Amino acid sequence: MTNMNREEIKKELLEIIDPYIDEKEVTVSVSEQSDLINDLNINSAHLVDIVLDIEEKFDIMIEDDFIGKMDTVGSALDIIEEKLNS
Amino acid sequence: MSQNKRRVVITGLGVVAPNGLNVNEFTHALKTGVSGIKRWENLEEINFKCQIGGKPPVSQEYKDANLPDFIAKKVKNNAVIYACLSGLEAWKDAGLEIAPGTYDRKTGMIIGSGALGLDSFIEHKIYPIDKGNHRRLGSRSVPESMSSGAGAYLNGILGLTGRIFSNSSACITGSEAILQGYELILSGRMDRMLCGSTEGDGRYIWGGFDAMRVLCSDSNDHPERGSRPMSASSSGFVPSGGSGALVLETLDSALKRGATIYAEVMGGEVNSGGQQNGGSMTAQNPEAVVDCIQSALDNASMKAEEIDLISGHLTSTKGDPYEINNWVNALRLDKDRLPFINTPKSMIGHCVAGAGSIELVASVIQLKEGFVHGNLNLEEIHPQISEIVPQDKLPTQSVDTDIQSVIKANFGFGDLNCCIVLKKWND
Repeated sequence: MTNMNREEIKKELLEIIDPYIDEKEVTVSVSEQSDLINDLNINSAHLVDIVLDIEEKFDIMIEDDFIGKMDTVGSALDIIEEKLNS
Repeated sequence: MSQNKRRVVITGLGVVAPNGLNVNEFTHALKTGVSGIKRWENLEEINFKCQIGGKPPVSQEYKDANLPDFIAKKVKNNAVIYACLSGLEAWKDAGLEIAPGTYDRKTGMIIGSGALGLDSFIEHKIYPIDKGNHRRLGSRSVPESMSSGAGAYLNGILGLTGRIFSNSSACITGSEAILQGYELILSGRMDRMLCGSTEGDGRYIWGGFDAMRVLCSDSNDHPERGSRPMSASSSGFVPSGGSGALVLETLDSALKRGATIYAEVMGGEVNSGGQQNGGSMTAQNPEAVVDCIQSALDNASMKAEEIDLISGHLTSTKGDPYEINNWVNALRLDKDRLPFINTPKSMIGHCVAGAGSIELVASVIQLKEGFVHGNLNLEEIHPQISEIVPQDKLPTQSVDTDIQSVIKANFGFGDLNCCIVLKKWND
């Protein structure tokens, strides 16, 4: 897992968040700037589920402090990369 | 019947049962006598005496094709899944709009449940807690285990804005949900209600019943023979899961929409024997059962002579002869004037809180299709039953007959009774 590049991580991340997106039409325009709650309309209660799914997929641990910082696709990628490299 | 009394009709059906995942499959199974009971090897490994049961065979592909992505992929509680499938099917069948986006205080939902949080999904939920890792529960463990969870997830799809609640009354839960919906419409509080119930399945729900020695333990090698309601050899019920849902609405509303009307809810009654005079946690007070049935007929403004089919509770236990005796005492008909008697439990087992709604769906199907389904495994009728009911009223195979009315009852733990009278809708 640790030698994945950012694009590969992004592909995995988008697969993880896909079931949490009700309106599939928004997924065509996902970018690193996309806000999980405001742009992708993900229910805020599901952010903890996404974190758990990320932890399982990448075999990492994301502390509660990081969850508040995970607002966009890009920030989620930052956190995953940081954890994978630490 | 006063001229101003509202009339309530059934315009949508949905079901998920061990022998059929939707109304079409279930209808075919009822007509041809298909059992949905199987042996589950894991129950042998954990020392269950009863190792058979009915689980609706819902695959991942079926969920993907019929449910929103999030529920299909992420929600694991079978009781929730079954209710979402049956509720959605009923709503679509009625031709009603999903998530209309407009506020309508007169359209609501009652989805009852039994042991919703004890579905087999909890094996993934409980262990992390005991290992000090409850943070892994995620956001779904609360709605997937609260009693109103099935209705809550279903309404996340349908978007109804009237009264939304979930009753829980053991084995009468399903029929009580329909009766509650009927009464809310009758009173004018609601115009349209999606009513149903659900039960998951697996060892955490069934274990307690097995411990009570009330399950069938003599048919592990012949699962389909285990559920034998009214039989001389009935030895305990076969546990199962599933969900049924019906759309109820005013006759005016149905006619205005041009909806297909299947049947009219004529009336019903729900009561308790108070766990007195023969009643207990697990047995019914016969006086209350008789009154519940007679009162349901009175409320329906119908006479016993007008009833063509009794859809009994009849769980395949030693209680079946007592139930039949109560029916006969309540209807006060000569032996040769008794209506047909059946129960889908010989095919699907006892879906506990799901039973009433699934069996009401079966009742409506028989009314609209003109048949009386057979009772499987009834080669030898219990002698106390054959003494008071003619054999030809207990069909073992489907009978084509244009029945006009059904009286349906369920009886539950806590000495609870519920009875509903339905009449076929003829244009």
